[in-house]
Amino acid sequence: MPKLTIDGIEIEVAPGTSVLQACEQLGIEVPRFCYHERLSVPANCRMCLVEIERSPKPVASCAMPAGEGMVVKTNTETVHKARKGVMEFLLVNHPLDCPICDQGGECDLQDQAVSYGYDRGRFAENKRAVKDKDMGPLIKTFMTRCIHCTRCIRFMDEIAGVSALGGLNRGEHLEITPALEAGIASELSGNLVDVCPVGALTSKPYSFTARPWELRKTETIDVLDAVGSNIRVDTRGPEVMRVQPRLHEDINEEWISDKTRYSHDGLKRQRLDRPYVRGADGKLKPASWAEAFAVIAQRLSGVAGTRMAALAGDLADVESTLALKQLMQALGSPNLECRQDGARFDVSARAGYVFNSTIAGIEQADAVLIIGANPRWDAPLVNARIRKRYLTGGLKHVGVLGQNFDLTYPTTYLGEGGAELAALAAGTHPFLEVLKAAKNPLIILGMGALRRPDGAAVQAAVRTLAEAVGAIREDWNGFNLLHTAAGRVGALDVGFVPQAGGRDLAGILAGCQSGEIEVVYLLGADEIPGDKFGKAFVIYQGHHGDRGAHRADVILPGAAYTEKNATYVNTEGRVQQARMAVFPLGEAREDWKILRALSAELGKTLPYDTLSQLRQHLVSVNPVFGQIDTIVPAPWVAFGTAGEIGGGHFISPIENFYMTDPISRASVTMAKCTEAFLKPAVPAAAE
Amino acid sequence: MLRDEDRIFTNLYGFESPFLEGAKARGDWQGTKDILDLGRDKIIELVKESGLRGRGGAGFSTGMKWSFMPKKTDGGPVYLVINADEGEPGTCKDREIMRHDPHKLIEGCLIAGFAIGATACYIYIRGEFYSEGSNVQRAIDEAYAAGLIGKNACGTGYDYDVYLHRGAGAYICGEETALIESLEGKKGQPRNKPPFPAMAGLYARPTTVNNVESIAVVPTILRRGASWFANLGRPKNSGTKLFCISGHVNKPCTVEEEMGIPLKELLEKHCGGVRGGWDNLLAIIPGGSSVPVLPKETCETVLMDFDSLREVRSGLGTAAVIVMDKSTDIVRAIARLSKFYMHESCGQCTPCREGTGWMWRVMERMVKGNARVEEIDMLLDVTKQVEGHTICALGDAAAWPIQGLIRHFRPEMERRILEYRATADRGVRVAAE
Repeated sequence: MPKLTIDGIEIEVAPGTSVLQACEQLGIEVPRFCYHERLSVPANCRMCLVEIERSPKPVASCAMPAGEGMVVKTNTETVHKARKGVMEFLLVNHPLDCPICDQGGECDLQDQAVSYGYDRGRFAENKRAVKDKDMGPLIKTFMTRCIHCTRCIRFMDEIAGVSALGGLNRGEHLEITPALEAGIASELSGNLVDVCPVGALTSKPYSFTARPWELRKTETIDVLDAVGSNIRVDTRGPEVMRVQPRLHEDINEEWISDKTRYSHDGLKRQRLDRPYVRGADGKLKPASWAEAFAVIAQRLSGVAGTRMAALAGDLADVESTLALKQLMQALGSPNLECRQDGARFDVSARAGYVFNSTIAGIEQADAVLIIGANPRWDAPLVNARIRKRYLTGGLKHVGVLGQNFDLTYPTTYLGEGGAELAALAAGTHPFLEVLKAAKNPLIILGMGALRRPDGAAVQAAVRTLAEAVGAIREDWNGFNLLHTAAGRVGALDVGFVPQAGGRDLAGILAGCQSGEIEVVYLLGADEIPGDKFGKAFVIYQGHHGDRGAHRADVILPGAAYTEKNATYVNTEGRVQQARMAVFPLGEAREDWKILRALSAELGKTLPYDTLSQLRQHLVSVNPVFGQIDTIVPAPWVAFGTAGEIGGGHFISPIENFYMTDPISRASVTMAKCTEAFLKPAVPAAAE
Repeated sequence: MLRDEDRIFTNLYGFESPFLEGAKARGDWQGTKDILDLGRDKIIELVKESGLRGRGGAGFSTGMKWSFMPKKTDGGPVYLVINADEGEPGTCKDREIMRHDPHKLIEGCLIAGFAIGATACYIYIRGEFYSEGSNVQRAIDEAYAAGLIGKNACGTGYDYDVYLHRGAGAYICGEETALIESLEGKKGQPRNKPPFPAMAGLYARPTTVNNVESIAVVPTILRRGASWFANLGRPKNSGTKLFCISGHVNKPCTVEEEMGIPLKELLEKHCGGVRGGWDNLLAIIPGGSSVPVLPKETCETVLMDFDSLREVRSGLGTAAVIVMDKSTDIVRAIARLSKFYMHESCGQCTPCREGTGWMWRVMERMVKGNARVEEIDMLLDVTKQVEGHTICALGDAAAWPIQGLIRHFRPEMERRILEYRATADRGVRVAAE
């Protein structure tokens, strides 16, 4: 533990701490551009120079390890002169176009120029101009502003794992450029905008739309995948202007995926802002809430509960899912399902359907087996964690069952799925030895392996495998389900699954075709093609005019995730609350309120009038909801039913990372990304 | 003046064969096994005693540098890297060694490598040195064939490989950590220190980087005795040195001389004097393009060694003496050096990337006099802002020539500015002025 003195204050720091970090621990601010906590340290901006006794020259504090007995001075004439000199050099070729720069107001260079800039320039020569680069539909470049801190290069190389950027030429001709002058094909590329300390890389969709001081910031969570990334929604008036990441070390660190960041423009398109009722001519017509409820009440009267069904969608929050479950139970229907993708697995034990190791726990794993998942698309930040673990050198083996994707770290492809998994569970596959040899083996079971008729058997086989390789211990649980839908774990936690004697998804859809199911209630369920519902009366509650609304007979306009106070549970089983950033559109309402109002209309009034009453009720249904943002380890109890595993591919559930839900499907930015990075296999007109 | 029997590089001018037979006739590879049998510690001690200071420019004690290498390692590789990327303008000493006496280098590699416990040696040679590289490669091949290096080198049981690697022509790759990066196949950009190469160098293994000349003199030092070398030259600046004299002398040459020889004597004895006589001398850059220029008055008396030149605020550098007589446009000469440093800056760190271009542009205006007198002070301030604030020494190297110019030739710069203003005032004023 080296002990050093900084500005006369003695401090003891952990070995390996840099002088800059030691200064931060003391609350002494050291200006920096190139240094970033989560990236390697190049010490090239030279802004963090400090004086260290017995060193003839000022020292870059970010790259200097704290040493025993060091005497550091951060506030001397020499230090200030050095920093001012560096700042002057940074500004000589920086365009100073702050009034038209999107970074204005949140620019590191601007902020630090206030402290370290001279009040006038001495540079009388021509400034450098640099050609802008094409970095795809998400990132706007203005390379003349670049200060060559290389954070973007390091982010792509280290965190994103896609070597897309590099420095070309040398000296003052150095340019940061994408290798191929093409868009950056990474799911994390949007973070480049955040790591860039100046306005060289800015958000293309956000360009020239708002200034940071005009925005109202709401801290909430993301629902476009099951990671539950912490985000900040910046709004101006009724409009969501942008989505920024928020620090949460255990989930997303300080990164978010491009879908999280850029699909918010989908919140402005295809929105349902008033109730609709399908008329006699088969066309949807605007209606009032009272009319819509009346139509529902009329249709439902006299229908037996067993002839009704409800499906909860991927973006449904816990409150409305519980309200719908209780309404359906009051109506006598056991036909509930939240797994629209047809996944089958035993949900009787929580340990059987959450990511038990936790996302932060990946950093302890030394061998990983990925079954039927593409973490890079299913949950980009889970993949980033695996890569982070790989970069530390602690992760030696990653086996992949299913489709073989480039996951940004070396993997061993074990095969298509079924047969190999059966062999692993039976103890005859060579990869078993790798998992057994590992201290903390981690198995990720994706929806690709569960959304098959033999899903339950796959789950049971993986359980057997996990136990066989020592992945289940007092201090370690390496059995993990990787969900793709933000609403899924929450819906499972409130038990939105077929009740006793109830039908599962296939049963409900078969019932619709045969006429045994007369009424289907879709709570934001948009992943099932409309014709599967046969002649059933479909009530759709949701916020986008997507597949569900197209088929609906009555549409009840709900609120999107930015428009309601709602609870979500991420794939780890972590309960988090989203906050309302803007009001629901038009006549739309928060989802639980719609169900509460409808229940009164149907004469089955739900027992809560306020959100806090509902949330108290929620805790009584399942105590996990009382533990906000806390991981409650799920007890390892019996679950799963062993069975025959069929052969064939585990096909990854996501076909297009950029379009997985009603919001991202409505987003123009996501459509551009699809076009730029994926080239749609199916022409859009066919939808 | 150095006696002939004290010369180390006896084939500097290539009158004899540079290859194994000729080298052996000149005494190379004689008793190499006995030298290695002294053991690591003894060799390092002797090199320290000899007072040998690195010949690459910084003048750091070679023996001391070797002693920084870990005595015990985990058994992994340890490297000796030879910096043969001789790119300093005016310098042509390593080239002569590799061209005419490559076996001195190879033998030095073996001894130095043994002393630091290296498992292999890489010679990073400047790409432009095509035939020099070929000569070194041939010398390596000969040494392998004769069992001098490779498995059981010289019969000592020590396994040692020597590889030649050609650079691709970047001045910055002569900086030791940039050289290591380049050798690893990356862009040649200097690394931060610490960690120093002795801790984590090539492929993050302990590494020592030495200049060609420093290594090539080691076998002779060990054969003739540390005290022989230490008694040449002046205390703390001992031994012999290759001086490369270019510019306005009658006979430019590379010559081996004793350290501490007076500059004037060096020019008169070996180069036939300054063109047009000593009084026609304007200034001399004594140690390669990156050290400050010396005016004639200083050149009269200064001795050519590390400490004497530091006293007159210049440096020995690589001992590349660039002589300029009165026909020289000194401002333009220094401006050309500024352009060189702007071109060769790697662009990694801010002061050098932005400062070298700025300095060159101001210097270009100074050449014409198209500036204000106050800008001379501004230029000096800019050089001070670059100096000492960069990752490697290229920033310093870009700053020093300008500082030397301003220190000694300020009246000339002011004269030009005033002259330019006087003529410009008579001309037509343009709107922008």
